[in-house]
Amino acid sequence: MDHDDFARTLQYKVLFMSNQNQSETLREISDIKRIMERSSRFISLSGLSGIAAGLCALAGAYFANNILRSYYSDFNHNGYSDENFSELRARLLIVAAIVLASALIVAFIFTWRRAKQNHLPIWDLTARKLMWNVLVPLIAGGLFILAMLRSSEWRFVAPACLIFYGLALVNGSKYTLTEIRYLGYIEIILGLINTQFAGYGLYFWAAGFGLLHIVYGAMMWVKYEKGQ
Amino acid sequence: MKNPINGLNKVFDNRVRLGVMSVLMVNEEVSFNDLKQMLEVTDGNLATHLVNLEDNGYIKVHKGFVGRKTNTTYAVTKAGEKAFSDHVAALENMIKGVK
Repeated sequence: MDHDDFARTLQYKVLFMSNQNQSETLREISDIKRIMERSSRFISLSGLSGIAAGLCALAGAYFANNILRSYYSDFNHNGYSDENFSELRARLLIVAAIVLASALIVAFIFTWRRAKQNHLPIWDLTARKLMWNVLVPLIAGGLFILAMLRSSEWRFVAPACLIFYGLALVNGSKYTLTEIRYLGYIEIILGLINTQFAGYGLYFWAAGFGLLHIVYGAMMWVKYEKGQ
Repeated sequence: MKNPINGLNKVFDNRVRLGVMSVLMVNEEVSFNDLKQMLEVTDGNLATHLVNLEDNGYIKVHKGFVGRKTNTTYAVTKAGEKAFSDHVAALENMIKGVK
């Protein structure tokens, strides 16, 4: 066998091998991408969680609105008193706590269900990272808001809720669906606008936590889960 | 280490080693248990491949403690990052048919 023949045979072998291995190579690359994606982002977050949390927020806003209305109608007869105000504050805090708890529970249920359907663990490296990155701005914001309430500074409660929540979403978006970043931006903008309209906190709050969650959740559901 | 024909790295022909590298490329530091959960492999199997990657200088091991329990974490080295990127580039070239 002369040198040319040898080279041709070798080239043929390489070509043959790479044809045979083409599909295997493709699979290997898609495996790498899949593992990278799956180990860096929590992808089980369900759009239905957003919708359900949004509905909880709207229900909460409705009850809060009723509580506020009855407070203001009493005002006509008795005037403001510290007692009335602290009762109002306690009632609103209870509604807020119930809304938060029920939103978290329903959001968890739909996300847990999606993780189970896709045979993915609900609590893994990515879930922990997402949780940590969301919780840091959220807890800081929560304590800040409680401090404001303690000194009866209520005007910036709704804006602060929206802004800190938005920051938490932007921070967490690195570890889950990237689209959540835009939801975060909108929440922040909404919160900042709300600082200029102090009396309308509840409406901004309902828009940010209710409507936006429902719209975002529906969009994510259509994009990733519908027909799955 | 490199296959002269297509530039593929022999160390990465194994599914588990390739998986470990993929996880470590996108995460700063990952514990043994997280790797095990992510790649769905047994302790012994994972340990063997981790030793192999360490011997090749592609990953570094950090032994720490969480309370009293040992917590071993793994991170990719500069050499590992380069070797893995070269390997992926070689795979992509094979698909494109450049090589």
